[in-house]
Amino acid sequence: MARKLLLEKAHVENIRLYDVYRREGGYRSVEKALKTLSPDAVTEEVKKSGLRGRGGAGFPTGMKWSFLAKPEGVPRYLVVNADESEPGTFKDRYLMEFIPHLLIEGMIVSAFALGSNVSYIYIRGEYAWIPDILEQAIAEAKQNGWLGKNILGSGFDCEIYVQRGAGAYICGEETALIESLEGKRGNPRIKPPFPAVKGLWDCPTVVNNVETIAAVVPIINDGGEEYAKIGVGKSTGTKLISACGNLNKPGVYEIDMTISVEEFIYSDEYCGGIPNGKKLKACIPGGSSVPILPANLLLKTTKGESRMMNYESLSDGGFATGSMMGSGGFIVFDEDQCVVRHTLSLARFYHHESCGQCSPCREGTGWMEKILKNIEYGKGKMSDIDLLWDIQRKIEGNTICPLGDAAAWPVAAAIRHFRDEFEWHVLNPDESQRRNYGLMHYADPIHVPVTA
Amino acid sequence: MAEETKPAAPANFKVTIDNITIEVAPGTTILNAARKIGGDVTPPAMCYYSKLQGSGGKCRTCLVEVSKGSEKDPRPMPKLVASCRTTVMDGMEVKNITSDKVTDARNGVVEFLLINHPLDCPICDQAGECHLQDLGYEHGKEGTRFEFKRREFEKEDIGSYIQLHMTRCILCYRCTYVADQLTDKRVHGILDRGDHAEISTYISKAIENDFSGNMIDVCPVGALTDKTFRFKNRVWFTKPVYAHRNCENPDCCGKATLWLRGDEVFRVTVRKDEWGEVQSYDGKAGWICNTCRFDKKQTSDWQIEGLANINRHSVIAQGKYPGLVVPKETIKEVMDGRAPKLIMDIHEVSGVNDPTLDLSKINGPAHSNNFAPNPNVEDHLRS
Ligand SMILES: Cc1cc2nc3c(=O)[nH]c(=O)nc-3n(C[C@H](O)[C@H](O)[C@H](O)COP(=O)(O)O)c2cc1C
Ligand code: SF4
Ligand code: SF4
Ligand code: FES
Repeated sequence: MARKLLLEKAHVENIRLYDVYRREGGYRSVEKALKTLSPDAVTEEVKKSGLRGRGGAGFPTGMKWSFLAKPEGVPRYLVVNADESEPGTFKDRYLMEFIPHLLIEGMIVSAFALGSNVSYIYIRGEYAWIPDILEQAIAEAKQNGWLGKNILGSGFDCEIYVQRGAGAYICGEETALIESLEGKRGNPRIKPPFPAVKGLWDCPTVVNNVETIAAVVPIINDGGEEYAKIGVGKSTGTKLISACGNLNKPGVYEIDMTISVEEFIYSDEYCGGIPNGKKLKACIPGGSSVPILPANLLLKTTKGESRMMNYESLSDGGFATGSMMGSGGFIVFDEDQCVVRHTLSLARFYHHESCGQCSPCREGTGWMEKILKNIEYGKGKMSDIDLLWDIQRKIEGNTICPLGDAAAWPVAAAIRHFRDEFEWHVLNPDESQRRNYGLMHYADPIHVPVTA
Repeated sequence: MAEETKPAAPANFKVTIDNITIEVAPGTTILNAARKIGGDVTPPAMCYYSKLQGSGGKCRTCLVEVSKGSEKDPRPMPKLVASCRTTVMDGMEVKNITSDKVTDARNGVVEFLLINHPLDCPICDQAGECHLQDLGYEHGKEGTRFEFKRREFEKEDIGSYIQLHMTRCILCYRCTYVADQLTDKRVHGILDRGDHAEISTYISKAIENDFSGNMIDVCPVGALTDKTFRFKNRVWFTKPVYAHRNCENPDCCGKATLWLRGDEVFRVTVRKDEWGEVQSYDGKAGWICNTCRFDKKQTSDWQIEGLANINRHSVIAQGKYPGLVVPKETIKEVMDGRAPKLIMDIHEVSGVNDPTLDLSKINGPAHSNNFAPNPNVEDHLRS
């Protein structure tokens, strides 16, 4: 049984309530940090832990914190990114819903390290019921002296506010999030300047994912070195994986990053295999924006070793043979699934979500969707496949924010690994229109189990 | 000009663009450094506008390759960068027209921009002054690979002075920056997102602000045109002259270009510099108010200074440009004293230009056998 750090107590009855959370050892990290550590020492522990940002890009959190500009007399902000709009990713939701105090506790310690007296949780609008849970937790924390002025007599002041987004994927991109938080249209900013220098209201700002900030709690409780012992290589600690698609047990799992992909899909401890004994066809291992991998590349690396559920192994060999850990949205496809259809579905999403500032993303995403639609519905031409390839190539790397890449990579990977399927659609237009698809098993918002 | 009145900043960053080296002040963007060199080294810009704060970075036409980051950190940048928003570092080396990656990406951008911009130049009022037309000419391909319906818009009335033809908008955001930075009681901006995004006014309001006319001048395409001028004439049939008047509006520079037909003032615009941007004067950006632009349509309203300075390559200059500059004998003179750009160093290819070889000493016509082949090229051919 793998070690759990974040969801260990998620099943304790009424853990949502402050008294229960505190009884179970909650807020110890705040005591430890504020009473025994300096802000820099907290950052140092986070550096030692090797924690990498859990929002997708996997940038080392301690290093990110140390980039924060600290000019005299200018406020700094910690912003928690709870926008979680990447299709396939639904891990932060469980953390906030089941154990909200863990996030609040992590935020207080992180804000202390960063010298931020006001922090925000920016949460996606569709998570309509969660802000109330968070606000209750914030109120309880405040009543019990963990928030407000001069916390624990340390001289540190801290307030946390919850801000609801209106439900735009682009508002998860950190600079668009900041714009939206400022009350503006959620357009990404052009970098540099980076938020660490000019972020919210032009002040130095750190934007971190929910899971990242929650992980600060065990890091401070047990020490960065202890945390770094879990996992492997540069994939330290535990990672939440939201697994969905054709799986017997879709859900949110906390893993340490030493298990293999095969174990994760097939073992009873995790996803319990594929329904009806169907064969594994492919998987998007890190949320919809990362490249899809066919089964053979998913289970083994190019060296013939088992592919592991960690940052390095999942990206082994670059995009030709690998993918990315991304945000941990693990989407599994069985043999009945149509790659063209799913690629179309993703293309439709990215087209719909493009903010429209830069020409390649604004125009290219819509164009890709239209071509994919033609191919999927038996109206495609062979030359369309090469055209698609060329369009994604001209979007990738040429846009303001990574949404352009996020739109391009799924298309590129689908053609790279499943070109024959695209060709089949072109060559068999009638059949491709009449096909009966295998159903995807989507995670049910209420009934998906969080692993005990 | 504005820049000349300010004390000169220390020019101590060396940057090399397409093999031409220039010194610029720290904080200068690659695009502005390239503009100092001039000519085709300068990347095209559809959304950047130096007089509008925060503009640029969006259209991606100005992408360039940074092949060397700086003297301190010579690593190349992993992606192409928007030259209008990237500042130079000392020792930076940039490739614009000498980079295949840039050409390829730029061709892509032009193709994307033309998806939702109809090529109806013959019936567009911007023809002859359109930056997209120039861009398409220089970087586009004949034909398109886009086979779907393009977006279309209902006509919308946004006031008595400006005609919005949304179908032609390329969403460069320039007019929104004008609205933000030049006009009070802003009613105009961008609605929706992605390729549904459109310029509009807030719940069908009219744009009537004093300085709103400047939106027309910044629009790089024919999406915003002057209702008092549209279709009265083609710009190349009119005669542009510089003129000024004592405008009582303190924010108006009172210096304009009048577009004449005989004695009739067909149109009034800001004066433009060689990059198609409003010309700065006396520390002022050079914007004009709506009164000067739309109401002063008599030559007697103005003091005329003389013919406007129009780039001789522009269609507007056709057939009526005074004192046409005839190319001089040497390249140096034509290029304002700067060294000619090195597109390909012949020495890298063969010894044909070897200064130690005296051609007159070779018997008969020179032949490739007379020259030592360049070993690098040989390698290249073998690989
Ligand atoms: C289009 C787009 C959407 C994103 N959405 C999210 C999101 O919903 N949640 C998140 O944590 N990060 C998201 N990110 C990544 C953030 O920009 C940022 O890298 C992250 O919040 C940093 O947190 P971390 O360092 O803790 O990973 C998104 C990025 C892009 C380009
Ligand atoms: S890549 Fe797309 S989402 Fe990102 S800034 Fe450009 S248009 Fe907007
Ligand atoms: S109307 Fe013109 S200036 Fe405004 S965004 Fe569109 S193209 Fe740019
Ligand atoms: S001019 Fe630089 S991106 Fe538009």
